Amino acid sequence: MSRPIPRPSPTEQPFYEACARGELKLQYCKPCTRFLFYPRTHCDRCHSPQLDWEQVSGKGTIASYTVVRRAVSEAFTAPYIIALIDLAEGPRMMSQVINAEPDALAVGHTVSVDFAAWSDEIKLPVFRLQGVPSEAGPSHHADSEGKT
Amino acid sequence: MAKTGLHDDCALIGMAESDVGIVPDKTPRELCVQVTLDAVRDAGLTLEDVDGLITCNAFAEPIMYHAEAVAEYLGWQPKHCVTVNTGGGTTFMAIKMAAAAIAAGMAHTIVIAMADSLRSHMTREQAMVVQSSSGHPHYEQPYGPTVPAYYALLARAHMDRFGTTEEHFAYAAVSCRAWASQHPKAQKRDPISVEDVMGSRPIADPLKVLDCSLVSDGGAAVVITRGDRVSGSKQKPIYLLGYGEGHAYEHISQASDLTTSAAVMSGQAAYADSGLTPNDMDLLQLYDCFTPALLIQVEDLGFCAKGEGGDWLASGISQPGGHKPLNTHGGMLSYCHPGNPGAMFGLTEAMLQLRGQAGARQLSGINTALCHAQGGIMSSHATLILGNEDPS
Ligand SMILES: [Zn+2]
Repeated sequence: MSRPIPRPSPTEQPFYEACARGELKLQYCKPCTRFLFYPRTHCDRCHSPQLDWEQVSGKGTIASYTVVRRAVSEAFTAPYIIALIDLAEGPRMMSQVINAEPDALAVGHTVSVDFAAWSDEIKLPVFRLQGVPSEAGPSHHADSEGKT
Repeated sequence: MAKTGLHDDCALIGMAESDVGIVPDKTPRELCVQVTLDAVRDAGLTLEDVDGLITCNAFAEPIMYHAEAVAEYLGWQPKHCVTVNTGGGTTFMAIKMAAAAIAAGMAHTIVIAMADSLRSHMTREQAMVVQSSSGHPHYEQPYGPTVPAYYALLARAHMDRFGTTEEHFAYAAVSCRAWASQHPKAQKRDPISVEDVMGSRPIADPLKVLDCSLVSDGGAAVVITRGDRVSGSKQKPIYLLGYGEGHAYEHISQASDLTTSAAVMSGQAAYADSGLTPNDMDLLQLYDCFTPALLIQVEDLGFCAKGEGGDWLASGISQPGGHKPLNTHGGMLSYCHPGNPGAMFGLTEAMLQLRGQAGARQLSGINTALCHAQGGIMSSHATLILGNEDPS
């Protein structure tokens, strides 16, 4: 059993093409002046079909997280961290937080995007811990978690 | 007084459960057939008296036309025959659909039957993968979330927002087990403590294995009939007093609120439909797939203030002897959880309690029960309020 690999539809293709280049792009709805995610044919608020792909900062905060101790299948090696990330531009996405100690995680911590190869063709956004929220003290530097 | 709902004039007059837990000698289809016959017999009827069948599909034995296949197995040609599937909420939506079909003249008496065998007819990995496949195929599943992980995300958010603790969740498991220890059929009957839950194997932080429902085999069925056919029933009829639904999203990553669910909408609709309030409920049969789901439902259905679900559970109010008995069969945490049919056992237990047939765990002076189930990841909700006195 292998990891599930997205098979992008034409609508989704720009998202995955950007990921392959190391860019996070989201759809932007001009009438609503807001970004949305996941990719759609229509804005999920005003239902306009006119959505523009724009690059976003890749910064976000952890809305919630869990350390998976029992993997979903043999294709995954536990433990790994699943998180809901609130992107700075608004939308929320599920992802993995990589290269982080579980004890270093908390709701509200800031993260930044990276990209990881899931197959020869598909790269997916993942996130690295950036630091603690500003009200909780000075933030750590992005690379302080170290590489593993 | 005439009510406005479609269900005002029908009642549940029969029920049956199969053996539950580990039942390797029967396929899901065979369990579904068995409970169909047993529920009809319990109602004092034969299949000739029944003209409708509603089932849900089984993960362990998917059938394209499931209800039709069950009817065929019985050599039965019901007038109305349909398969429904809305995840864990299937049970109560199917009851409402049956009531609506009866009101529309599509049938006068319908069996609702469900069974699955996640435990004996699937491998553990198959069962995990098929259940986690509810995740979005492009924007969730590739990251490897498990179903416990989805609920762990809700748990962590609740802890962060309200100061809920892992011990608070553990009390939900302790409460359900305390009831299960009084039920001779429960899959897990040994009493457990908060310490037992806290010390059990980590699955997806903060959830441990005892925060997670069972993986089981089993089936259950109920019979619902039109009002004019209720009198003279073999069993005490159980009336549908109120019903509501709430649908907020499908995938957890699309939830606008991680700590308050559409159980608020479904509960409020059911209370309005019945003219009753949370205080009027003598028995709560809620959807305890994971302990945080139970805690959030207790809050969202109005049994305590938002954020106080942990203290409510820790008070012991839901346990044997407490005045808000909750999941008196032991719930999916301790009685059984065969997948989509899981909430059927919440319903059949409510019927037994309202009939006065619950044996050693029978509640005294019980007239109402609230049954709630949800599908997805706290996504879609259905609430059913039952009573044992004719509301008309
Ligand atoms: Zn829009």
